Amino acid sequence: MTSFAPEAALNAFLTLEHLSVEFRTRHGIVSAVNDISLSLARGETLGIVGESGSGKSVTSYALLGLLDRAGRVTEGSAVYSGISLIPASESTMRDIRGREISMIFQNPRAALNPIRTVGKQIQDVLLQHAQCTRQTARRRAIEALENVRIRDPHQRVDAYPFELSGGMCQRVVIAMALACKPRILIADEPTTGLDVTTQRAVMALVCELTREHGMATILITHDLGLAGEYCDRVSIMQKGRIVESGSARQIFHRPSHAYTRKLVKATPHAAENVRDLLPDDEKSPLPPIGLDDVRPRRPLLEIQELRRHFAGKRSWTDVLACRPATVFEAVKGISLEIWPGESVGLVGESGCGKSTTSSMIMRLLDPTDGAIRFKGQDITLINRQAFVHHAMRRSLQMVFQDPTDSLNPRFSAADSIADPLRRLMGMSHRDTIAARVAQLADMVGLPQDLLTRLPHQLSGGQKARVGIARAIASEPDLLILDEPTAALDVSVQAIVLNLLVDLRARTGMAYLFVSHDLEVVRLLCDRVIVMRSGEIVEHGPTTQVLNQPSHPYTCELLAAAPRPPIEAHVEPEFSHD
Amino acid sequence: MANSSFLGHVHYVVTSNPVTLMAMTLFAIIVLTAILGPSLVAYDPLATTSQALEPPTWQHWFGTDHLGRDVFSRVVVATRLDLMISVSAVLLSFVVGASLGGIAGYWGGWLDSTLGRMLDTIMAFPLFVLAMGIVAASGNTIQNVVIATAIINLPFYARVARAEVVVRRQSGWVLAAQLAGNGPWRILFGRVLPNALPPMMVQISLNMGWAILNAAGLSFIGLGVRAPTAEWGIMVAEGAGYIVSGEWWLVIFPGGALMLAVFTFNLLGDGLRDIFDPQRRT
Repeated sequence: MTSFAPEAALNAFLTLEHLSVEFRTRHGIVSAVNDISLSLARGETLGIVGESGSGKSVTSYALLGLLDRAGRVTEGSAVYSGISLIPASESTMRDIRGREISMIFQNPRAALNPIRTVGKQIQDVLLQHAQCTRQTARRRAIEALENVRIRDPHQRVDAYPFELSGGMCQRVVIAMALACKPRILIADEPTTGLDVTTQRAVMALVCELTREHGMATILITHDLGLAGEYCDRVSIMQKGRIVESGSARQIFHRPSHAYTRKLVKATPHAAENVRDLLPDDEKSPLPPIGLDDVRPRRPLLEIQELRRHFAGKRSWTDVLACRPATVFEAVKGISLEIWPGESVGLVGESGCGKSTTSSMIMRLLDPTDGAIRFKGQDITLINRQAFVHHAMRRSLQMVFQDPTDSLNPRFSAADSIADPLRRLMGMSHRDTIAARVAQLADMVGLPQDLLTRLPHQLSGGQKARVGIARAIASEPDLLILDEPTAALDVSVQAIVLNLLVDLRARTGMAYLFVSHDLEVVRLLCDRVIVMRSGEIVEHGPTTQVLNQPSHPYTCELLAAAPRPPIEAHVEPEFSHD
Repeated sequence: MANSSFLGHVHYVVTSNPVTLMAMTLFAIIVLTAILGPSLVAYDPLATTSQALEPPTWQHWFGTDHLGRDVFSRVVVATRLDLMISVSAVLLSFVVGASLGGIAGYWGGWLDSTLGRMLDTIMAFPLFVLAMGIVAASGNTIQNVVIATAIINLPFYARVARAEVVVRRQSGWVLAAQLAGNGPWRILFGRVLPNALPPMMVQISLNMGWAILNAAGLSFIGLGVRAPTAEWGIMVAEGAGYIVSGEWWLVIFPGGALMLAVFTFNLLGDGLRDIFDPQRRT
């Protein structure tokens, strides 16, 4: 069904035709990829965009012969400059993999062997493909690290993966992938889990190296914005099929397929408000936020000079020499306040102290110094163990980052939501609890028949809803949202963000929205606080901070967000087919 | 729904894996033998007759021993005692070990170090010799065999539980349980430990076989169960002297029963884990 431009097919050196892949599961055969055709020209960057389960990764695994035992290519062929990849013998594939076609995986730490130095791992690849001798291996490994712009490659070559940051690890993985000068690079979600500034650096590096070596790149991602910025052509996948292919501009400006339109809309880059993220037919008017005209007398939450130190490991030699343990200051004396009903964004990159701050506000972690006044009372004075049963507990709740990790695997959705009702709201009668759970499920738009399911039987968006329902069950006054949509697909993110806006309008809760995604913060928050290395570098109303940032770090963060080829605030013209 | 889907899940686990099906069948046979044993056999396991040391015949399937007792009856009747010793020993060490390991893992710090070193001390002894010592010192009773077997198995449960709890104690759902007003004890025993069940199940089934061997081993050297009680270890011990003179059936049959039981429990592990793991339900 997919037709690619004939000229592209002519000088294509990788063509994939009518590929279908099936998986054998407990419930019979599941088709993961269905009749996919692709072509890749020399020097081209092709983006494959789709949400989780769309079959985008399976396609690349099939191409490299890396499908696991349950998977099987049922149909189709792949040819790489005259060599057949599908079907191909395992020995052919072993020669192709790494030398001709390389792959970068999603989680750089998981892709590296934790007990071998990175230099040794690069040497393994080089030796495997006879690209060097034992004598030259180390020098070649250092060169490879130099190529991916790692500073001090002579030292870093002997580093273990755990000694390097996430971004550094990804560079090492790229160095390994490029060590044998492959002709095609497949990058499977290369920047998921990395900070925006790191993401920008990694993507810029990949593009630069692609040009330098005359490689072709396939970028597999769920982020349409990322693909839009870095790819020449983009193919959109949904449920194992390619629904649309075209140039990046074309996809953004004239998306022809309904699913592409939905994806383009849900990508928060130019939306005026959260409702713009939803497809037109699912929109409802934005509820007015019920902020009183008269400002309340005192802030809901007031933080003064909050500090948190973590002591480093102190070895017994340190103890003997009376050396104090090294101290890491995660939060270096921050002050902020949140007013009732307000939505505040707390923005920063990993390690900036934003999660430590939210844990302290939640009383999951004791501060080293400083005061947290909630409704005028300093809650740091209440013992952390005692706070669990304190009356304040129900007013402070939190939605966690990873919806999967935040639900007890043995609890059904109803059990999870009922937990705070039993413990905090003093409900004990089975029917009252069931009624309230049903009411909460309604509020977060969770169908009642899903309440008996266990977490692994729910989708990511449904799990997020359960997490939100549990957090609002005790009718809190302040809800901390710790990157609640980071693990979700964009279309699900759009729905969850809208849900959060509606809930706030309905309940008058205050939000502290912890995030690294400025575009999401723009849509959800009244005020923004930008943190870096444990300090607040900038704060103010959202529009002011995001439109006229005063601190260079805020500018850097704003610049790092992917810019798809679309003019801001211009409604894309949809050609309806 | 929970109940019917659980049974459906058990059905799936058992039917999808022939090894599990075999292990479950053998386990069911052993349990039935333990329950019905005395009423199944034709002879009193303790009754001595003049037909001593007869090889297997149609009257005495497994032959008779030096006192003329029917070996088949003794092997069957012994199942209950051996199973009871091992089940209660394993249960005891599972409950105590998982609790200690859970506490060590959940609170960490000095509590973890202290408990850890104490359990390591147990591991420092040759375990069978330690069990011998405990039984010899505290009195030669079945109860003490159970306690000794439980003590030497403690560290294994504590270690598995500790490792599983350490992995889970910082996970989102444990933090969420704290926010929902659950105290630490409820979180540890009501939430975290049940999630550590699947790997512990494997440990339990391996341990059951081991506990049976241990109990039989102790009675083989004359500790714990004493003659004339029917018990596999004693029967092997009594028969050992007759192998040289060609009366092989005295040792082969109780030894074979012992082997079959250990074999069954070891096979059972994977199936039990699959049954107790909610992730494997759909």
